[in-house]
Amino acid sequence: MVAASQQACIVGIGQTEFSKASGRSEQQLAAEAVLRACQDAGVDPKSIDGMTTFSLDNSDEVDIMRSLGCEEIKYTTRLPQGGAASVATIVHAKNAVESGICDTFLIFRAMNERSQYRFGQPHFNISPDAHSSTFMEWCFPFGAQTPAAWEALSCGPYLNKYGVTSEDLGRIAVTFRKAAATNPASWFYEKPITLDDHQNSRWIVEPTLRLLDCCQESDGGVAIIITRADKAKDLMQMPVRILGAEYSMLFNHEIISDFYAGDLIRNENSEIVADRLEASTGIAPKDTNVAMIYDNFTPQILRQLEGFKYCGIGEAKDYVKDGHLELDGKTPLSPNGGLMGEGYIHGMNNITEGVRQVRGQAANQIENANTAFIASGVAGAIIGK
Amino acid sequence: MRPDPIQRLDTTFFWDACERGEFLAQKCEPCNKLWHPPRPMCPDCHSLEKSTQNLSGKATILSWVRQVRPASFGFKESPIVILVELEEGLRMVSNLVGDEPPEIGDPVEVDFAKTSGGKAVPVFKKVAS
Ligand SMILES: [Zn+2]
Repeated sequence: MVAASQQACIVGIGQTEFSKASGRSEQQLAAEAVLRACQDAGVDPKSIDGMTTFSLDNSDEVDIMRSLGCEEIKYTTRLPQGGAASVATIVHAKNAVESGICDTFLIFRAMNERSQYRFGQPHFNISPDAHSSTFMEWCFPFGAQTPAAWEALSCGPYLNKYGVTSEDLGRIAVTFRKAAATNPASWFYEKPITLDDHQNSRWIVEPTLRLLDCCQESDGGVAIIITRADKAKDLMQMPVRILGAEYSMLFNHEIISDFYAGDLIRNENSEIVADRLEASTGIAPKDTNVAMIYDNFTPQILRQLEGFKYCGIGEAKDYVKDGHLELDGKTPLSPNGGLMGEGYIHGMNNITEGVRQVRGQAANQIENANTAFIASGVAGAIIGK
Repeated sequence: MRPDPIQRLDTTFFWDACERGEFLAQKCEPCNKLWHPPRPMCPDCHSLEKSTQNLSGKATILSWVRQVRPASFGFKESPIVILVELEEGLRMVSNLVGDEPPEIGDPVEVDFAKTSGGKAVPVFKKVAS
């Protein structure tokens, strides 16, 4: 572990509004979010010297530099695996600054996934040799063509084995929407739902996902600035330390179309991440004060709760039912309303909420939030004061 | 009508075999390891010498879904999508054809379905009990 003065800290967060029609380019959304993150931190955007984003992001590094006036980038990388990349960016940011390669590291993600293209709809223009594409090649001619379809297919064995009902999933959606209802930044501000609303919502994928089991395609941008503790202490915000950040991608596993390895029950990669985090930080994810867990679809919450060891295998539906994820529960989940309630900027807005919680600046502030767990399946991080 | 499979240099042998009514998986020639999906190299011994093995076509349903909204592109009606485990231990996404409802754990056997461009893909039907 690095000396305390060299530890990576999140010092700036920025985001645009989340909408269904931003009315401006993805590059502009990215630039606006980056500028806000820099202003939040009190750093000059020109001093950004490293950056990462998702392999799926459409804004080129050159263009980010061109808008923000960044003078020199010493390290860039792009991360695979769709939204699972969200918390993986924290792993890379930590390494980039703690190694001394970068002083002011930027994470950005911006998308017009609702107004410009429909992220949740079938796409035919994926170049099969360019990326891991089995989710297209081996699914498309069988009519499994959307993230919702792949997700439901991979969760089927788990849901079947433990008798998880649509109501069990609905309770997760209700929890998110309850939090979103009191977060003015969320798309579903002042729009809570009941379990009946969930049960009456139309099927997206039978027999698993109703409309209210799914996150919503959103337009927006998010950016985060990371530096080392010795530099962070002179900036505008209380530094939020990255206490630990871990990543695990296992042989023959995919992200959403994870059909080919494992028992289709356990999230082994999440278990490894949880163990490594506990070993490196002395804190288990379930012992943090707030959980920000990637919620593209409701079943993901069950399998990640178990993977990150909040409860035993098969117990997650009862863990939810017992109220532990409520804002006044044992392990409050996504007080911003999560990706389902606040907006789906590919997981990144859950990270900024984790930072706000630790700073004490959140709309739905958890009392004494000294630590937060942020996670996206293959990656997890514990951040804290 | 069903869309054509996406064919790549490393996978086209699989789809071509389907057109001939053959159901096969890639196999490492030196070490006999069998795998799916296809890949350029054996993950065990790293040989590039690959052959194929005919599969029995017997499988079990591990999971099923039907894409309702949006409906499956290219189909008259969204098909039942199944994830199957083949007798040889490999897994594959496919369709359940026929009128019987899908059930996890049900035994199925391979058949072939034509695509709009005259190609073919493996599908499964329930085994008469
Ligand atoms: Zn071999």
